[in-house]
Amino acid sequence: MSKLIRVLIAKPGLDGHDRGAKMIARALRDAGMEVIYTGLRQTPEQIVAAAIQEDVDAIGMSILSGAHNHLFPKVIKLLKEQNASDILVIGGGVIPEDDIPELLEAGVGAIFTPGTLTSDIIKYLRENVQ
Amino acid sequence: MFDQEKLTKLSEEAKNWEEKVLNKSLSKAPESRELFTTGSGDEINRLYTPEDISDLDFMEEIGFPGQYPYTRGYQPTMYRGRLWTMRMYAGFSTAEESNKRYKYLVEQGSTGLSVAFDLPTQIGYDSDHDLAEGEVGKVGVAIDSLADMEILFDGIMLDKVSTSMTINAPASVLLAMYIAVAEKQGVSADKLRGTIQNDILKEYIARGTYIFPTEPSMRLITDIFEYCSKEVPQWNTISISGYHIREAGSTAAQEVGFTLADGIAYVEAAIKAGLDVDSFAPRLSFFFNAHNDLLEEVAKFRAARRLWAKIMKNRFGAKKPQSLMLKFHTQTGGSTLTAQQPENNIVRVAIQTLAAVLGGTQSLHTNSKDEALALPTEDSVRVALRTQQIVAHESGVTNTVDPLAGSYYVEAKTKEIEDKAMEYINKIDEIGGAPRAIDAGYIQQEITDAAYKYQMDVEKGDVIVVGMNKYRIEEASPKGLLRVDPIVGEMQKQKLRDLKAKRDNDAVATKLEALRKACEGTENVMPLIVDAVKEYATLGEICGVMREVFGEYQQNVML
Repeated sequence: MSKLIRVLIAKPGLDGHDRGAKMIARALRDAGMEVIYTGLRQTPEQIVAAAIQEDVDAIGMSILSGAHNHLFPKVIKLLKEQNASDILVIGGGVIPEDDIPELLEAGVGAIFTPGTLTSDIIKYLRENVQ
Repeated sequence: MFDQEKLTKLSEEAKNWEEKVLNKSLSKAPESRELFTTGSGDEINRLYTPEDISDLDFMEEIGFPGQYPYTRGYQPTMYRGRLWTMRMYAGFSTAEESNKRYKYLVEQGSTGLSVAFDLPTQIGYDSDHDLAEGEVGKVGVAIDSLADMEILFDGIMLDKVSTSMTINAPASVLLAMYIAVAEKQGVSADKLRGTIQNDILKEYIARGTYIFPTEPSMRLITDIFEYCSKEVPQWNTISISGYHIREAGSTAAQEVGFTLADGIAYVEAAIKAGLDVDSFAPRLSFFFNAHNDLLEEVAKFRAARRLWAKIMKNRFGAKKPQSLMLKFHTQTGGSTLTAQQPENNIVRVAIQTLAAVLGGTQSLHTNSKDEALALPTEDSVRVALRTQQIVAHESGVTNTVDPLAGSYYVEAKTKEIEDKAMEYINKIDEIGGAPRAIDAGYIQQEITDAAYKYQMDVEKGDVIVVGMNKYRIEEASPKGLLRVDPIVGEMQKQKLRDLKAKRDNDAVATKLEALRKACEGTENVMPLIVDAVKEYATLGEICGVMREVFGEYQQNVML
């Protein structure tokens, strides 16, 4: 049996659309993962601190406000600074296709856009969490 | 509603039909599914007959338009008199850019403006605040001070348009700025027409742009009710919103139940603050969603209108007919749009437009096909507006009032949604009203449960979303999406520096201090906010004072 995967689901920035984040969190929990959900308006600093404190394997962030180009890379940078780059970072929300290569380049593991099945995210996490 | 003898006969005939006609057909060709459900997941019968609405009293439940219980619409002639207001929600980047988009929309036949603010503005931060980083101008226009507001409405006479502003926690500040811009144009406040959303309860439930705790937030709202009833009498002081509740995943009946429960809380708060119900109730307005299940949605709008009229009459004893009328804006359902094959969204929006119009909406925003991907481009906004114009001028549905009334299904569904919504309201009353039900997480939990059920139904393929979980194609990533230049954040910061160097900072400090005193006491804060914005106190400064006095709301985080 593989190890128990712990995931932090976070809502960075000021965006209040939390339906997607809550759906993912529930689906991961139903798939047997341990899920911590931060709630709204988290700064990158708060997210990274929570991830380290909760000793998670992965962080999933959801943004629908267009602030992803600023907030995702900032979380990755802070993880590096705190020697926590082993934590896998994934993102989702309303994210234009053209922005994705840059985000992956910055170190985001994968970006899931609207229409993604939660089962695809579960599969991705199982395959990619070390 | 029907003759008892005829109903008995009908009942016999229905049995005959089932035995002789239906069963024969089913034995040859069974139905494609065991259970048929609405978009909200409620079971639908195969057939509706007069039996299903036999307990409806025509005059008490359906009646005539422009007359209690307003099931059929609040005006006697509805769209034969005047079409709904085609009001496209727009705003992005700077005030200059948004001003251009508004002028374009007016040229294209839009009949009302609808302002989208960026998130820092909605949460009461200036563009130079740390938390505004990366968000300035993204989901709406950045407004830091009266100077931005003057640019936003440059060349648009405020006595000629009606303006809806999607602003909640800082609604008082943006309304004050609007009043101040009008004054500079020589337009007095009593000439202003429009709406502020000003609905904090649904921010706690579903939308997330809250600032202050419940109690001071409710006080700000009642202060606005009181101020506007005297100074801005044509202004809709609140838009009690089911839209975001539905977007968060609620069912149609929950949308009605939770929204009207919020409405009840505002009415109770205002009465408690000493206002007479008929002094403010006529300026309450509502905002609903339109999803794809056409007939369920039409029934929802009719049910909401009827239930609100009953509540205002029976529970609050309102006397003025205008106090009983539920007037509403509609927006087509953003969450029904797919990122896949975005052209398909035009069809969805057309169906949703029909639902809103057949449901008797007073104004309508139609979403653009590309909104699951980004903010809409000018071209896609035009198609969305044209969709309304085609329904208005070509479909024929506007030619008679409430054309679906009397449909056995639509009337039965209207009653069912009304009853279910009333059950939610009763449950919320038992908990102690909407604010307490929100604090307890009851409303959020109900919505999240419904949303999760829907999500799982989609994943199992029980619900089909065309182009998304069925009929998929390989497609190239869409081109030509609207992008907001990140430089907007820097431009706004520069504007703020210039403003603070130019304005009378002593006057600003004095006005902010007066506002603080008012917040600490019980006097109406609106006149003091108007004074402060006129001295170019910024939104962040004004909300900052209120944050210091009122504190901030702490979200009840739950899954």
